[in-house]
Amino acid sequence: MSDVTFDVLVEVKHRPGIADPQGATIERSLPTLGFHGVSGVTVGKSIRFTVEATDEAAARGEVEEMCKRFLTNPVIEDAVITIS
Amino acid sequence: MTKVGVVLFPGSNCEQDAIESIRLLGGDAEVLWHGDATIGDADAVIVPGGFAHGDYLRPGAIARFSPVMGAVAAFAAAGGPVVGICNGFQVLTEAGLLPGALQKNRGLKFLCTTVSLRVDSTNSVLTSDAEAGSILRVPVNHFEGNYTCSPETLAELQGDDRIVLRYVENPNGSIDDIAGICSEGRNVVGLMPHPERACHPLLGSTDGQPLLRSLLTAAAKAQV
Repeated sequence: MSDVTFDVLVEVKHRPGIADPQGATIERSLPTLGFHGVSGVTVGKSIRFTVEATDEAAARGEVEEMCKRFLTNPVIEDAVITIS
Repeated sequence: MTKVGVVLFPGSNCEQDAIESIRLLGGDAEVLWHGDATIGDADAVIVPGGFAHGDYLRPGAIARFSPVMGAVAAFAAAGGPVVGICNGFQVLTEAGLLPGALQKNRGLKFLCTTVSLRVDSTNSVLTSDAEAGSILRVPVNHFEGNYTCSPETLAELQGDDRIVLRYVENPNGSIDDIAGICSEGRNVVGLMPHPERACHPLLGSTDGQPLLRSLLTAAAKAQV
């Protein structure tokens, strides 16, 4: 069975309760430009790459391991993985 | 003479201060290049402040892949004294030598000031020669110094007397006012404040001396 190439998007977010001063500052700034009613602003990171694997489940397993061991710090960050 | 190895990553910027302060206290010190997979004949290791590997991804995240870190981890596992200062603390948490993590300061403020620290445990390689309960004036210089960990880890740190230094007035939002913690073996210590910048009257404070003197004491014991 040959490997398939998958596009991967890892969105790194702060875990609930972890300070996000960048998000808070953006949220406080928007009204000064006339944008009212904005709430819940968070700033994270997105990491994109391709990975070769036998199937999508295998690719996801590998990316989850990457997140756990390197791409995120599980003490303060969560990752949302999108594979296509 | 006891020798302290000071790790130099690309982006470290406090290694000369650390070396100078150790020499001032009568010890020997030398740079350990991060690309060499050895700590040579060092009796203690300091991971200094700065921006190791540019703080890419997260502070400390890339540094643990530097070849020297394997040797530092092995040295720590064997009971050798290891101290991480500021970015060095971040490196040690990312490398798994200390629990928890450093998040951004409360209030989106980079802090560059002198703070008061209370010595809450003298049972560690960085505090053995300090007086329990004494207050030390030591500079801080960080953006990600807000220590956090799981409730279980916090209970463990508190129960085992592993919170060695606390802020008298919490400047960054650290949980339980934590400024410095030690490992289970008490031979690995991480702290955000900079004792090496408080070792000479010309720097405005000599309160960092008892801390680095403790490290030299531990290094001398490790030598035997």
